[in-house]
Amino acid sequence: MSARALINVPRKAKRGEVIEIKTLISHIMETGFRHGTTGELIPRDIITSFTCKYNGEEIFATQLYPAIAANPFVTFHTVATESGTLAFHWIGDNGFEMTEEAKIAVE
Amino acid sequence: MDAKLTRRDTLILGGLAAAGAATLASPAAASTPGQMERAIRQMIGEAEVRKGKVTLDLPPLVENGNTVPLTVIVDSPMTKADHVKAIHVFNEKNPQPNVVSMQLGPRAGKAHVSTRVRLAGTQTLTAIAEMSDGTYWSDSQEVIVTLAACLEDLI
Repeated sequence: MSARALINVPRKAKRGEVIEIKTLISHIMETGFRHGTTGELIPRDIITSFTCKYNGEEIFATQLYPAIAANPFVTFHTVATESGTLAFHWIGDNGFEMTEEAKIAVE
Repeated sequence: MDAKLTRRDTLILGGLAAAGAATLASPAAASTPGQMERAIRQMIGEAEVRKGKVTLDLPPLVENGNTVPLTVIVDSPMTKADHVKAIHVFNEKNPQPNVVSMQLGPRAGKAHVSTRVRLAGTQTLTAIAEMSDGTYWSDSQEVIVTLAACLEDLI
């Protein structure tokens, strides 16, 4: 399954600077509490987990619940320690999985 | 016998209950302040939660409960010795009391996170921060919602 993800990470940062990371992924986030046109319960289909790794080390993790709005938007901060890659990973219901990467240059 | 339940047992039972609730839930299902309190206890155990250090930022009045911006800022130096380990957000009126849980560490630099949430009606939300020294701090905020989310059926 594929989805569109938008990541906003500064391309350059000074060493030790606290940077803001913004992430948005397209996903319906169906709560599992709604009923369809014929009265049947629409099964839950949400993203349950989101993690961010900075050069392989996990720096941020989130558990999402149905109370998160569609197209989950999450922002957080991290210290720019070294140049490298930020890897973002979403996991959800029905085998949903998505990975995205962003490069950062630290000087 | 209930008194002898360990925290692990409680978590397992809670998980089963949540799974059951998810399959049986109807549009009428809604959590209550009591359920929110239980969800908080499941998440953090019997620890004492104090007011302060945490700022939960929500608009006081929202027209559309489907996307409500939510920001949590915790006053912490975010050093190795003194940092925020986790932030949990709970609600008292959605079908499920949990909103989001986030794990941070000293590498975060600053404990400032945002997301967008759904709110099924006017209610109070609570954010709890778990510190590296084992203390818990919280903040609550009431939001008035004119158009509720989550429960409306497809037309």
